Amino acid sequence: METLGVLFTFPRNSYLESELDRRCNLFRLWEAPPESRLDFIRSHANSIRAVVCNPIVGADADIIDALPKLEIISTCSVGVDKIDLDKCRQRGIRVTNTPDVLTDETADLAIVLAISVMRRIPEADWYVRCGSWKAIGDYKLTTKFSGKTVGILGLGRIGTAIAKRAEAFDCPIIYHSRSEKPNTTYKYYPNVLELAANCQVLIVSCSLTPETHHIVNREVMDALGPNGVLINIGRGLHVDESELIKALVEGRLGGAGIDVFEQAPHVPEELFGLENVVLLPHVGSNTVQTRKAMADLVLGNLEAHFTNKPLLTPVM
Amino acid sequence: MAGDEPQSPDLPPLLLLRKPIAFLLSSLSTRFHLLKPWESPLPLPAFLSAHATTVQALLITGLAPVTAVILDSLPSLGCIVTTSVGVDHIDLLECARRGVAVANAGSVFSDDAADYAVGLLIDVLRRISAADGYLRQGLWTLAGDFPLGSKLSGKRIGIIGLGSIGSRVAKRLEAFSCTISYNSLTMKPSVPYKFYPNVCDLASNNDALIVCCALTSKTHHIINKEVLSALGKQGIIINIGRGALVDEEELIKCLMNGDIKGAGLDVFKNEPLVPKELFSMKNVVLSSHSAVNTEENILDLYQLIIANFEAFFSGTPLISPVSA
Repeated sequence: METLGVLFTFPRNSYLESELDRRCNLFRLWEAPPESRLDFIRSHANSIRAVVCNPIVGADADIIDALPKLEIISTCSVGVDKIDLDKCRQRGIRVTNTPDVLTDETADLAIVLAISVMRRIPEADWYVRCGSWKAIGDYKLTTKFSGKTVGILGLGRIGTAIAKRAEAFDCPIIYHSRSEKPNTTYKYYPNVLELAANCQVLIVSCSLTPETHHIVNREVMDALGPNGVLINIGRGLHVDESELIKALVEGRLGGAGIDVFEQAPHVPEELFGLENVVLLPHVGSNTVQTRKAMADLVLGNLEAHFTNKPLLTPVM
Repeated sequence: MAGDEPQSPDLPPLLLLRKPIAFLLSSLSTRFHLLKPWESPLPLPAFLSAHATTVQALLITGLAPVTAVILDSLPSLGCIVTTSVGVDHIDLLECARRGVAVANAGSVFSDDAADYAVGLLIDVLRRISAADGYLRQGLWTLAGDFPLGSKLSGKRIGIIGLGSIGSRVAKRLEAFSCTISYNSLTMKPSVPYKFYPNVCDLASNNDALIVCCALTSKTHHIINKEVLSALGKQGIIINIGRGALVDEEELIKCLMNGDIKGAGLDVFKNEPLVPKELFSMKNVVLSSHSAVNTEENILDLYQLIIANFEAFFSGTPLISPVSA
């Protein structure tokens, strides 16, 4: 594969980068200034047959159009919302993602976010570190997590894993999904508004599509209510961020644990001063173990494609 | 408001040593004639002497110590209820000698304590509090992605004390595909987890230890230098029991030298004093002895307190008794 040209769109994944560099002719998109990225791509278009991307820097129509020899796009994520799938379909370009290897990690995060928001773990940590325990007294009473009804938006692999964990905390589980799932005992709600009205913790774990864009809007947040907590481990665009800020500031929504933002890494500063939120810099699957597993899956898919074997985890 | 009304002397007297939270104060005053030493100009010993013949019931809040001296001042005392689960602040042997029955908070707090222990563990592994702080300080835009954390699923977790809280911690962590083993006073044949009679062995066979046991003379510094060494450089300690269960100086040395990976601590040797070395550490998560402090608990706790005292005054067994 040494002469195979691969466009790598995102930095700071040193294991994946070094493996790709070892095996292929690697072109690092971030080395070109943003305004000349397409020129950079076009100048190497003759040799680039694969793109490796991620949820931040994907493979949009412009990139795909600039690569006439493109055969496969491998994203280091389970979400494929940053890939122009229609273009890929038209051109017969294969697409792979990294499902399953990050399911546990992401589900773990959803639960710890819920506990962290309701029990104010980061706030309490800061409270102790700045001397307030000694000066003022115990941190105030917080909200119990165990036994609260958890509403899951999107009962796929990750949603199911979240449900399994929440059940161990005696949380009743309800869900909304594109369609009702036959093999589950959880109660199904036909729309997200009713789901929100009937749970105390709403967890977003569906894929981002045109239908789920801003699926958590003002009405949903009001239905979740002043004692409700929103957890978003999906995509920033699942939630109407400006409405979220208003709902939190005005007390119409009880709290939020957010790992994804509309304009990451830019996070609205109005959120920084709120004590009823936990904000994370997209750490969803960010452990050493899972990152390696995802990278290995990307490499495995590329290897399979270029040795004419079946893809490991194809999306199309 | 109930707490401000003049109290009826027909209600049974109930002595408290420390002022409790407002909810308990106002609710209890509807059922008891509250004796409140903090409102009296008398020093405590004199206040106790003044009520020596009438006080049969004592409510301990805020872990106020009950010593032989206090018990001597209350010869008519028959029942102590403490709002905590831990009873290390009460001289149980002296209570037993005097025929004073003791009740604690039973399992009212167990879910919340278990939730907090799990929250602390995942926070230390995945660096949740640190990542939240990183983002709020603007570092995501300035310094790039937050460093990688460590996976919880599949980790081996050793629980010290498999009682009401420890068993709930175990149940929760099993759902994260963790392997559970434990150390306890005695082996529990009905649980599916591996029992280690020796805490060092538990430590060397696990990735994290969660301390959930009661503080007694046997469990003082149950986490000591040898245990920390056996736990090793990738090991994590979570303590939601009592500060004195862990050799705090030794723990801090290990954290500073990188001899263990991290710690989640809700309790400390000299609360509310926390060793300042911990304040600058990025691999620890701290809290103010608040693992059980939820609003939902307080109502449950109040009902349990009332039920225990009602049982006492009617001569029936206490609901959540503790023995020496």
